[in-house]
Amino acid sequence: MAVAIWRNLKLPSMPLMSTKFAHLNALEAESIHIFREVAACFDRPVMLYSIGKDSSVLLHLLRKAFYPARPPIPLLHVDTTWKFREMIAFRDHVAASNDVRLLVHINEDGVRQGISPLIHGAAVHTDIMKTAALKQALDKYGFDAAIGGARRDEEKSRAKERVFSFRNAQHHWDPKRQRPEFWSLYNTHIHKGESVRVFPLSNWTEMDVWHYIRREHIPVVPLYFARERPVVERDGALIMVDDERFVLREGEHIEKRMVRFRTLGCYPLTGAVISTAETLDAIIKEMTQSRTSERQGRIIDHDPSASMERKKQEGYF
Amino acid sequence: MAGGDTSTHNLLRFITCGSVDDGKSTLLGRLLYDSGMLSDDQVEILRQDSRRRYPDSDTLDFSLLTDGLDAERQQGITIDVAYRYFHNARRHFMVADCPGHEQYTRNMATGASHADLAVVLVDARKGLLQQTRRHTYICLLLGIRKIILAVNKMDLVDYRSDVYEEIKNEYLALAEQLGGDTAYVLPIAALTGDNISSRSQRMPWYKGPALLEVLESISIEPQQPGNFRMPVQWVNRPDQHFRGYAGTVCGGHVKVGEAVVIQPGMHKAKVERIVTADGDISEARTGQAVTLTLDREVDISRGDLIVDAAHPALEADQFAGHVLWLGDEPLLPSRGYWLKIGARTVSARITSIKHKIDVNTQAKLAAHRLELNEVGSCNIDLDHPIAFEPYAVNHVLGGFILIDRQSHATVACGMLDFALRRAANVHWQHLDVDKQARARGKGQPPRCVWLTGLSGAGKSTIANQLERRLCALGYHTYLLDGDNLRHGLNRDLGFTPEARVENVRRVAEVAHLMVDAGLIVLVCVISPFRNEREFARGLFAHDEFVEVFVDTSLEECERRDPKGLYRKAREGQISNFTGIDSPYETPAAPELHLHTEGAKLEALVEQLVTYLIPASR
Repeated sequence: MAVAIWRNLKLPSMPLMSTKFAHLNALEAESIHIFREVAACFDRPVMLYSIGKDSSVLLHLLRKAFYPARPPIPLLHVDTTWKFREMIAFRDHVAASNDVRLLVHINEDGVRQGISPLIHGAAVHTDIMKTAALKQALDKYGFDAAIGGARRDEEKSRAKERVFSFRNAQHHWDPKRQRPEFWSLYNTHIHKGESVRVFPLSNWTEMDVWHYIRREHIPVVPLYFARERPVVERDGALIMVDDERFVLREGEHIEKRMVRFRTLGCYPLTGAVISTAETLDAIIKEMTQSRTSERQGRIIDHDPSASMERKKQEGYF
Repeated sequence: MAGGDTSTHNLLRFITCGSVDDGKSTLLGRLLYDSGMLSDDQVEILRQDSRRRYPDSDTLDFSLLTDGLDAERQQGITIDVAYRYFHNARRHFMVADCPGHEQYTRNMATGASHADLAVVLVDARKGLLQQTRRHTYICLLLGIRKIILAVNKMDLVDYRSDVYEEIKNEYLALAEQLGGDTAYVLPIAALTGDNISSRSQRMPWYKGPALLEVLESISIEPQQPGNFRMPVQWVNRPDQHFRGYAGTVCGGHVKVGEAVVIQPGMHKAKVERIVTADGDISEARTGQAVTLTLDREVDISRGDLIVDAAHPALEADQFAGHVLWLGDEPLLPSRGYWLKIGARTVSARITSIKHKIDVNTQAKLAAHRLELNEVGSCNIDLDHPIAFEPYAVNHVLGGFILIDRQSHATVACGMLDFALRRAANVHWQHLDVDKQARARGKGQPPRCVWLTGLSGAGKSTIANQLERRLCALGYHTYLLDGDNLRHGLNRDLGFTPEARVENVRRVAEVAHLMVDAGLIVLVCVISPFRNEREFARGLFAHDEFVEVFVDTSLEECERRDPKGLYRKAREGQISNFTGIDSPYETPAAPELHLHTEGAKLEALVEQLVTYLIPASR
């Protein structure tokens, strides 16, 4: 083979990014490819719908992938019973659209035990109402592929996860035995009882998600936009008082502050950020200047440093 | 906008690779930090983590940013690929930080399959190492045409130009030998940031650009766009009025009204619409995920290929290619695997390993098997013809993975080089008298009764008695005994796993011929591996193959030891003995399961006769 060794490097002058969103098209095409692969290769796929911005993007891509057919994959929301009320209203609005089927699962054992993030703490609550609940739902419906909105830029152990991430019959992830994943060739073969988690947004960044939401006019929960909201400062985080279950501790008082949320989850576990960003443009501008990461607002992640990996090994999404 | 421009010239996908401790993770962390991609809380966590590991120093240990798994942080090594994303005013970057240990080569290769460019690191104090060569070789094997060698840790050799020059010359010679197109070499110090995002003051003798300058301005020519190709991923049929073929275009472009053919086979049609959720478009290009409708009814299913009618792809069922073995168990020629290519999955066998390649010297070595992380040049045989292109021309239509049929693990990735013409030249002679005619003449349904079980389980005894019964009833039979065949047909085979696979393959093929002749064939072979029994089953029609598990415990077989073999195996006189130092994989769903212990021979044979001969006879 003829070899032109590149001894004297001459660099062309690269223009400033002209086709600013070309890479969004590439990301979109990749995600659509992944959705179609799931529909073609699994008997009972499901899409985990968490109501957040990533889920909004997932749902948008799900519809695009199978247009003009209805999406052949149902949605599943694992309801911890502690979500923001605005999230539930948004979810019910989505459920009312006639092209998708949305299932809701609640861990009734946990409800009977009265599990609460305010009493039992973030770890116990998440374990019972989220991780265990998800396993219950997957087992109940016999889903063999569960699509989620996780991105590799969110967290260090996520950066190592495959697009098609294999789980054993106990829903456990073994980071040392991940299947090598070449090109866009996904190994979708599993034994009965085993399943995969599929992450079509693996290669998207938080910024890509917002740019895409803006470009495609994708609806998101209003909590992402700044507004005056009743908040309490607790353990260094701003917690929104969303219903009467939130009991004030001594010395705490409710303030009205201009805040928004970068991620959404259970309201007692989700910190708000002080912000005046009331529009998508303002959010994107704020993020460009931001010096903190997305998951900082998540109280569940502030356990020992590798906690996400440990939770995932046990079946957390 | 699924129909929009998907050119990715403003996205550079690259990997960092090289040997352990050459500083890959540190380099990547430094790139993220220098590009301002790290948030304050991430830097703060990094500062705490760094201090925990190095209590006496204020240096940030950037490797802690990317080694995200518990095991990695505990051992201070990178096990799996970490994908990171950053951008500046000129470009978006997607970078895969690849592990350096030889045992994790498969993970490194995974990262390389997604990259346009590789940054190979070497430690200036150590020079080129085996992993430098190995990773460079794998990058080129997977089609990465642009390589940057970053001579790292220049701070530890006092920024000396002679050290750098020596490594540079050695590497350029290596790249030339390996057939790389372009390789660029530059001196850096990732820990201190020299020549990373700005040119270093400490190496004035180096006149070239800093690493980030190279990364943000280097042009990546897309693989030759070529002719229109689209694997059908999913058939979209919401109702009887719409029938679309969804897929991602993997070559060239197509316009509404253009003629296409569907492969394999050569059904012709014209593109009627190109459908996307954002409205129909008039043209689809490489990289776009679209749905095509055609102007006529054609039988198309997932895995078929829609291509430019004037330039169809090649079709074949035998290939020469390269395989990188990823499995913990070695690759055994003749064993069946699933091969996935594009949207198609077929059964495949590696018919021969022509040679394996020593990654250090690129010498071609003779090989009977491929072990984990070895690369071999192989011949591959498929059970169905596929449409393909050589990997060098089209990565989607020439790149494949092999999947183990039992464990479902991904055990290899491979690249098709060219089709072998043998299958096309050896024609199948169609005969007028067929299996049905022969069987009718004998008044019996042809069968292959496959008795599997441990040595000494009683296979031959049962088969012998069964044949006597069948013969007495007037049936035409033949008994193929594993031991007897090893005196003739299989005389050249030993008892290694490879030889056992080949032994079973030959026995199955002979049984297949005899069933074709209309006989009831009784096969007695240990056939310890599920894969090979499934291969045998695959040769026969649905009802023809009767797997009989002659189930006798190892203790009982050893107690019987009719040929004295267990004693010899225990004494170490023979090796690879099933049940002792070679595994027996129990049948999952045999047609008949005979428990021999405590059972009478006549009763067992009666079970078989009842199964084989319907009561009416």
